[in-house]
Amino acid sequence: MTSVATATTAGEAPVFHLEDEHAHAEGGSTMLGFWVYLMSDCLIFAMLFAAYGVLGGNFAAGPAPKDLFDLPLVALNTAMLLFSSITYGFAMLAMARGQVRPTQLWLAVTALFGLAFLSIELYEFHHMIAEGATPQRSAFLSAFFTLVGTHGLHVTFGLIWLVTLMVQLGRYGLIAANRRRLMCLSLFWHFLDVIWIGVFTVVYLLGMLR
Amino acid sequence: MRRFRFLLVLPVLLALGGCDFVVLHPAGDIAWRQRDLLIVSTLLMLVVIIPVMALTVLFAWRYRQGNKTATYRPKWDHSIELELVIWGAPLLIIICLGALTWMDTHLLDPYRPLSRVAKGQPVAEKTEPLEVEVVALDWKWLFIYPQYGVASLNELAAPVDRPISFRITSSAVMNSFYIPALAGQIYAMPGMQTKLHAVINRVGAYEGFSANYSGAGFSGMRFAFHGMEPSDFDRWVGVLRNADRPLTRAAYLELEKPSENVPVQHFASVDPALFKAVLNMCVEPGKMCMSEMAAIDSRGGLGLAGIDNVIPRLAYDKFERRGAVFGPPSSYVAGICTIDELTASEPRVAEALPADLAPLLGAGLQRPGFTPARLDTTLLRSPAIPDRNS
Amino acid sequence: MTDPSTAAAATSFLFGRLSWQSLPFHEPILVATFAVVATGGIALVGAITWFRLWGYLWREWFTSVDHKKIGIMYMVLGIVMLLRGFADAIMMRLQQAMAFGGSEGYLPAHHYDQIFTAHGVIMIFFVAMPLVTGIMNFVVPLQIGARDVSFPFLNNFSFWMTVGGAVLVMMSLFVGEFAKTGWLAYPPLSGITYSPDVGVDYYIWGLQIAGVGTTLSGINLLCTIVKMRAPGMTMMRLPVFTWTSLCTNVLIVAAFPVLTAVLAMLALDRYVGTNFFTNDFGGNPMMYVNLIWIWGHPEVYILILPAFGIFSEVTSTFSGKRLFGYTSMVYATVVITVLSYLVWLHHFFTMGSGASVNSFFGITTMIISIPTGAKMFNWLFTMYRGRIRFELPMMWTLAFMLTFVIGGMTGVLLAVPPADFVLHNSLFLVAHFHNVIIGGVLFGLFAGISFWFPKAFGFKLDPFWGKLSFWFWVTGFYAAFMPLYVLGLMGVTRRLRVFDDPSLQIWFVIAGFGAFLIALGILSFLIQIGVSIMRREQLRDTTGDPWDARTLEWATSSPPPAYNFAFTPVVHDNDAWWDMKERGYRRPLAGFKPIHMPKNTPTGVILAALSVALGFGLVWYIWWLAALSFVAILAVAIAHTFDYHQSFDIPADEVARTEEARTRLIAEGARA
Repeated sequence: MTSVATATTAGEAPVFHLEDEHAHAEGGSTMLGFWVYLMSDCLIFAMLFAAYGVLGGNFAAGPAPKDLFDLPLVALNTAMLLFSSITYGFAMLAMARGQVRPTQLWLAVTALFGLAFLSIELYEFHHMIAEGATPQRSAFLSAFFTLVGTHGLHVTFGLIWLVTLMVQLGRYGLIAANRRRLMCLSLFWHFLDVIWIGVFTVVYLLGMLR
Repeated sequence: MRRFRFLLVLPVLLALGGCDFVVLHPAGDIAWRQRDLLIVSTLLMLVVIIPVMALTVLFAWRYRQGNKTATYRPKWDHSIELELVIWGAPLLIIICLGALTWMDTHLLDPYRPLSRVAKGQPVAEKTEPLEVEVVALDWKWLFIYPQYGVASLNELAAPVDRPISFRITSSAVMNSFYIPALAGQIYAMPGMQTKLHAVINRVGAYEGFSANYSGAGFSGMRFAFHGMEPSDFDRWVGVLRNADRPLTRAAYLELEKPSENVPVQHFASVDPALFKAVLNMCVEPGKMCMSEMAAIDSRGGLGLAGIDNVIPRLAYDKFERRGAVFGPPSSYVAGICTIDELTASEPRVAEALPADLAPLLGAGLQRPGFTPARLDTTLLRSPAIPDRNS
Repeated sequence: MTDPSTAAAATSFLFGRLSWQSLPFHEPILVATFAVVATGGIALVGAITWFRLWGYLWREWFTSVDHKKIGIMYMVLGIVMLLRGFADAIMMRLQQAMAFGGSEGYLPAHHYDQIFTAHGVIMIFFVAMPLVTGIMNFVVPLQIGARDVSFPFLNNFSFWMTVGGAVLVMMSLFVGEFAKTGWLAYPPLSGITYSPDVGVDYYIWGLQIAGVGTTLSGINLLCTIVKMRAPGMTMMRLPVFTWTSLCTNVLIVAAFPVLTAVLAMLALDRYVGTNFFTNDFGGNPMMYVNLIWIWGHPEVYILILPAFGIFSEVTSTFSGKRLFGYTSMVYATVVITVLSYLVWLHHFFTMGSGASVNSFFGITTMIISIPTGAKMFNWLFTMYRGRIRFELPMMWTLAFMLTFVIGGMTGVLLAVPPADFVLHNSLFLVAHFHNVIIGGVLFGLFAGISFWFPKAFGFKLDPFWGKLSFWFWVTGFYAAFMPLYVLGLMGVTRRLRVFDDPSLQIWFVIAGFGAFLIALGILSFLIQIGVSIMRREQLRDTTGDPWDARTLEWATSSPPPAYNFAFTPVVHDNDAWWDMKERGYRRPLAGFKPIHMPKNTPTGVILAALSVALGFGLVWYIWWLAALSFVAILAVAIAHTFDYHQSFDIPADEVARTEEARTRLIAEGARA
């Protein structure tokens, strides 16, 4: 530590300030900040997974996963979300090329896939509740609805954000701020994908084995 | 300010003389050993704490600004030797304390049957410990003596020098069962069973209470604990036997309703399955016991057919219960077996206790067994399996 | 649930479960408190209106994104809430000193139980957290030579969310009631079955709203420290306070989401009737205890680490000496950060987790005392061969060193499971954590306040009233809490409202007297601030470096200009400013350039106000209000993202004018 200081004193007078305005580029911390936020969000999911892990076998003499889950439907649902991630990727490619219209178009396709995912999930929930397998029936169902529902809520907010961004792209084009926002949403969207893979594996696949 | 402090010390000294430091001067062997550990740990830590405090005062005084004779080395900020001491000294203390902790935590594990009733006085081969089933109610304590078929409320007694084996649960919310003179505390939790092994060595009346806040009547949740000569204890049991009422399940449901500062009550007889029913939260007729539920769940639940097997709680229930605002009215799962069938064929959950629960004798301490199976099941004591170590 | 008349239905639609009975007219203590608070509030609002300060406050403070002003507002919030939290403490002490020999004291159970819950919640979430966050907010960007934090708007928003949580908790005093569950609201007691009233709902939503603010502020400061450091400031040249802040913010980001998730599950249990923590239907209340302590234990270190940082800065400054063992100090901090996640179970050894689990967590807890001990020695050897000036911050530090070791010792004692079995939940435990929180966090905060106050306001704090406050606090602390250690050894448990054994009373009377001394300490502190404002000309700091200090924040003026540094400093040493002074650094007087700064915005205030409305609606089941404010929050947030022009330039001549003013001030100071 001191060696650096002595090294500079040996030479000419040390520089103690920058003559030029040394601006930390605007939005320079945004990606890091958003990443840290995602990690904190990830912890919320970790807690919900933990709760599911502890309570997932407590059926209260009610239905178990194998009585409730319809794997082909969930597979379709998973496909919707995975496709939406791919189309978001295309939107990012279009953004890299600087094309506003195609970016918006791919975002719209992504939104449609996201919407399809949500609709299927809501259908599944509705079906279960209609059968009487409500979140109140057992601790397993509480944990299931909360974990899957929280993910669905995230997708919903992602969709609102996505539509907002489409409007902003239309208005202001691919300016730096909008590019940054697209990148953040991209992280968010793929993050939800990763979480869903966890949900699909832990809740649905392992649930059927229980 | 100094004059002030001096005045503060006076009442302190006066008060210290007439005080009952029950934690430092208990009447049961387990509590004594816990106290010994307390003192040894304190002394061990004082080895570091006292020099630190002394050095703080010394350095602060010696290197004050006014003292121009003291050395001043403004750039001195590193010394390998000192760093070694700085990290090494606490490390050594913690190694000692850690070893002590590991040993004594196992030796004084409340789940471990006693090996001695006092120093140099091992438990005799054929001694049968006194069994007490403890239920924390809102806001009083129920003690059931299964060996004698009697029960008492807010009063507990035990013969001196006979090991006591407590099995503890709670009816509604969490409490902590604590008799400082006898042994350390342990939580009483609804739908779960905790255990405590202890012994009382001195005749006397001691205080017991809940050490975990449990609602409005918490302050009054105290009971007397009597250490008695064996003959006195038998007489006391006789008094209980002559009490004018039995503790049936109906009587329990009445007793369970919240009440504060309840006087001592005696019960001449006790429904033999009562504690099991309390522990499994199925005293109310028709409610499914948790052990039954756990057995069903471990076989994969009852499927869609089980969904409607729920009964709304009745208005005369023990609490003025209400459901959540967006949920169905408060309800419970209906039982399939009767309580008697259940007692007859209680599903045995796999035993997962450490293989070695044999009493350890102080000298030639064995290394405590470590069974991973126990770790994962007890870290989150699952209420679905209430009694895994019976 | 069918209402007989449509009028009742309309009322319950409009007001949910809020009714006249919810207002505590029948409780004289609360009515009197309300009268006092209302009179004070009206007087304050009247004074602000009379002096036409609303516009100024709104423009310069409430909507400000300047990290210094936000930091100061956090401190004000913390001190105001300290008064409330301390009032609770005094009431508890009074009750416990009175309720002997058949006396019920003066507080009924439902009131007393709210008080000890509110005391814990307020002191941790709305006193210690704002004060710690406030100091970090003010100091960190200055110490690393930055102009502001990474996300200035987010900073303002975080602050107002914290205020929002505090407002909701304060509302519970006069509208409805607070939780009667203890500060961590363990289920099943906090479930809808055993706590059907609004208390726990106030608790949940107050903490959730404040929690959003805390998490975002953690992310913000974390990014600031990682991304905004001045050139030359490598990680191993960060001032120790910034290091501890970094670790604290890592802890915040990694711990508060846990709290959010746990409280969300409790809220679902209470609102929707799910079965996470219920007794029936397979719920598991003990999971709540585990999860909340996974947040709760790191929370303790969130509070204490910045205090450790403050002591490091203060010790080396007032010993006129480099900090001893900088590297081991940093590693000790990091080790504590990591270990703080591996000890949560020591809060409930008595759950019966088995000897191996208990001793694992007991031993990890003890291991934390190794780096903490190392830190203690490092401060000790920083004093060794120094020239110690006993200014107020140094006095607090010494009091800390002598007090904290006692708390540390009793803490390790409680980490030995069999010893914990006899001391758990006793007044010994209460004494222990007050010993570390008052003796560690609070003494640290007072050291920090008296240390950085001249930086924030341009004049020092009055030393006479400061020393008075210091002695009252220290003697008061010992008088209030040493008796609790004694009572703990007598087997007295916490949260009791009435006592049987009359021999205990003397100890509670002494503790009550100690609380009274602390009250005088708080009063002296407030007088100290008042007196200092009146004597500000005599106490003026013209140099920007009143303590002959070592780190970058002292390189700029007191108070610093909006842009902090006219030119971004370049760092060559741990003690950057000391190094600059030693090597004859001259402040540049010309060549100023325009400086890019973020613009003020009202969005934070609006969003937080809407969040309070949302929380209030949820607490009282006023669903239209909750829905409306939720939609409004979304709309305002989205509208905010359409504003792309959130920054402006401070013109070069304005920078030049500000710097010239400073040059004049320094010259005046040198003449005087």
